[in-house]
Amino acid sequence: MIKKRPKNLDLTTVRQPIPAISSILHRITGVVLFIAMPILLWMLQKSFDSAGYAELHAMFTESFLWQFILWAILTSVVYHVFAGVRHLLMDMGIGETLKGGRVSAWSVIILSAISAVLLGVWVW
Amino acid sequence: MVTTVTSLGRSGLHDWVLQRLSAVIMLAYVVYLGYFFATTPEVTFAAWQGLFASTFMKVFSFLTLLSVVMHAWIGLWIVSTDYMPKLSIRIVFQAIVIVICLSLLVWGIQILWSL
Repeated sequence: MIKKRPKNLDLTTVRQPIPAISSILHRITGVVLFIAMPILLWMLQKSFDSAGYAELHAMFTESFLWQFILWAILTSVVYHVFAGVRHLLMDMGIGETLKGGRVSAWSVIILSAISAVLLGVWVW
Repeated sequence: MVTTVTSLGRSGLHDWVLQRLSAVIMLAYVVYLGYFFATTPEVTFAAWQGLFASTFMKVFSFLTLLSVVMHAWIGLWIVSTDYMPKLSIRIVFQAIVIVICLSLLVWGIQILWSL
């Protein structure tokens, strides 16, 4: 393999098409969800006794920080799910064209944005 | 190829299949939990405990956790091969991810069957 291959790592010099943005958001939300896993398991553990459940309830009704964390996790789940379903559909040969890829990338972002607002209404 | 020893499936095709199988299980779980929250008028402690009391829900939750752990192992392995060109850093990162995945799995079993 040639060691000195040209690299262009300055991403600001490259125009990012919408599927690229959709893809990097899929990765970012994936990393966010991995970091969220200990928090989610901790919440599940706490929620299984009545005192802990009441404590969680108070956290999510009183603390803005915890409400924001919950909203961020739920929004990441929804985005990752939509983007994942897009991948599964493409595996089945649906929307594999250039146009299909752009349309579905936009759909994922728009559906997630709407969901983010709805989740915000639900959390607050 | 040294790095492939740290991938879950040991081959791209295995990883590919596991990533999709785990995705479908997690999708079903998210839909199921979403349905529970949408159809339960008030999610009380009793309702929440009742949901997780059944063996079905414990097994479903554990399968989902197993899927999360496999999915994250594969996903973060791929991400690390893209952004961590230095082998030593990448191997350490992948080892940490694997240890965290296994820990989450054991912790999750303990939580689910403590109820």
